[in-house]
Amino acid sequence: MKLEAELPLSTRESRVTRLARAVLGRQPIGLAFGAPYALFIAVLFAYPLGLAVWVSFHRYFFTAPGVSVARPFVGLANYKAVLSDPAVLRSFLNILIFLVINVPLTVGLSLLLATALNAAIPFRAFFRACFYVPYVTASVAMVAVWLFMFSSGGVVNSVLGPLAPVPSWLVNQNWAMPSIAIYVTWKQLGFFILLYLAALQNVPKELYEAASMDGASWWHRLRSVTIPGVRTVTTLITLLAIIVGANLFTEPYLLTAGGGPNGKSASPVLLMYQTGIEQNHPDFASALGIILVIGVLLIVGVQRLLQRNQT
Amino acid sequence: MTETVRTVDEVVVASEDDTAVEPRTPRSWWRLVVLLIGALVFVFPFYYMIVGSLQKQSNTSLSGVLPQSSNITLHNYGEINAALSLGRALINSGIFTGGVLLATLVFGVLAGYALAQLHFRGRGLLFVMMLLLLMVPFQLLIIPLYVLIVRNYGLGNSYLGMIAPFAINSTAVFIFRQYFLQLPKELFDAARIDGANELRILTRIALPLVRPALLTAMLLTFIGPWNEYLWPFLITKQQSMQPLAVALANYMNTVQSTVSNPFGTILAGAFVLAVPAVVLFLAFQRYFVAPNIGSAVKG
Repeated sequence: MKLEAELPLSTRESRVTRLARAVLGRQPIGLAFGAPYALFIAVLFAYPLGLAVWVSFHRYFFTAPGVSVARPFVGLANYKAVLSDPAVLRSFLNILIFLVINVPLTVGLSLLLATALNAAIPFRAFFRACFYVPYVTASVAMVAVWLFMFSSGGVVNSVLGPLAPVPSWLVNQNWAMPSIAIYVTWKQLGFFILLYLAALQNVPKELYEAASMDGASWWHRLRSVTIPGVRTVTTLITLLAIIVGANLFTEPYLLTAGGGPNGKSASPVLLMYQTGIEQNHPDFASALGIILVIGVLLIVGVQRLLQRNQT
Repeated sequence: MTETVRTVDEVVVASEDDTAVEPRTPRSWWRLVVLLIGALVFVFPFYYMIVGSLQKQSNTSLSGVLPQSSNITLHNYGEINAALSLGRALINSGIFTGGVLLATLVFGVLAGYALAQLHFRGRGLLFVMMLLLLMVPFQLLIIPLYVLIVRNYGLGNSYLGMIAPFAINSTAVFIFRQYFLQLPKELFDAARIDGANELRILTRIALPLVRPALLTAMLLTFIGPWNEYLWPFLITKQQSMQPLAVALANYMNTVQSTVSNPFGTILAGAFVLAVPAVVLFLAFQRYFVAPNIGSAVKG
């Protein structure tokens, strides 16, 4: 501000302009530039979030248009109902199963493939493209292929022969959720390979050279140079996996036919859809949504805090 | 928040040529083996999708992995077209995706530029809200969004209702901001002293410098609505309004029996849904590379 006041241009400006600048900032045009996005956030994020909180504290159901009904305040009743519902608790457990399988698989495989890619090798661009093609393709399309491959008489079971699980993968109580976790790992791996590749390229070459001169084995180099060098990406993967887990809908809805068998692969968002819209209990579903929002924000907050302490 | 500061030159160079850092070693054969196995696992389902979509009769045995000349037909594509009216579904997907791309390109760039280079009251708040939006999964708000858009505003079965929750992609805004931040401040100050207004500075100076980022952000934005299932599924109950992903999923859940080869028909639809995104990414793959994406998420 000081600098600008010294310029001859601004001395000619009226006091009104200067006052406006003091209140609105040096470039008030920024308000106009940011306004559409701010409006978008207010109308399609902040307000719905507030509405979800409101609905979750009231008895709320959909009525025919124009019919008005009482929507009494019910306190924490919806939250109590959510947290004592065995289907909800099962869906949380499912997400835990999902994370336990998805996170280590994703970290291990994407680091392996990124390391392999991080060199002058033939067909590099081709390999890279192969890996991210599933990531950019619609889950609906990929689910169709997986249904075909993993059906009871499908090609996967043909290969496995007597080793194939009975009942088949997607309709098997024990395999339904792991199948989803493996599917999601496969689908998203390409994106994480790209992230690891970016991180690997930022690891100083000198570190590898120094390690080699000290006679470090590849395992040692991996542990003391590579893994610390890509730590930010690893935490990011964990974080995104949690968000994806909290978000799962298409896969349990289509791949395992509505979270089956017996809710063994149901996800929280699937339950939100089933209870909120199919069964007309939006109050219950909103409470579930708010619990998940708080959960995700808490985890993100804790992660940020940990990361800050590390650096 | 550690922001990656990289000069524009470096970014452009990196996006054009992100070749290897490690020197070629005689032992690099293991890389090829790993990569080949990986590529096979990633590409096989696509290959199998095409083979399956061309089968007269569904053949799930091992022999079905290779196409057999006696069992090849395009009939499944005709079947899926008859069941879904593919053209209509593709137009719906196109309008949905195009609307999101346009809104993100116009309003997202404006917001990204404002967040990076302009000082105005409320900038901090806008930035914090953007980060919140990036963290809270959209799916968790489907109930209130459904109440608002379908029940209160009566926008069910409309393109506006479909586009609205996705209109401005926050990841894209974030990428724009990151790239505008990397441009040297002096450039803008010089233009301002010359009397250029901000809109002119943005369109004539800033945008041409971040063109690679623009394409990266547009590619990432494209796959959101094109592949989205839950939201358009919730708000489009008329088939004539459904994007292809929704129409195909409904077909998967209900169909069967009426066609000679249900799996083949579904796979034909899956192929049509997959092709635009895959072709787009392969055509622009040099913009979908590690450095561009990396700097977008490192913030």
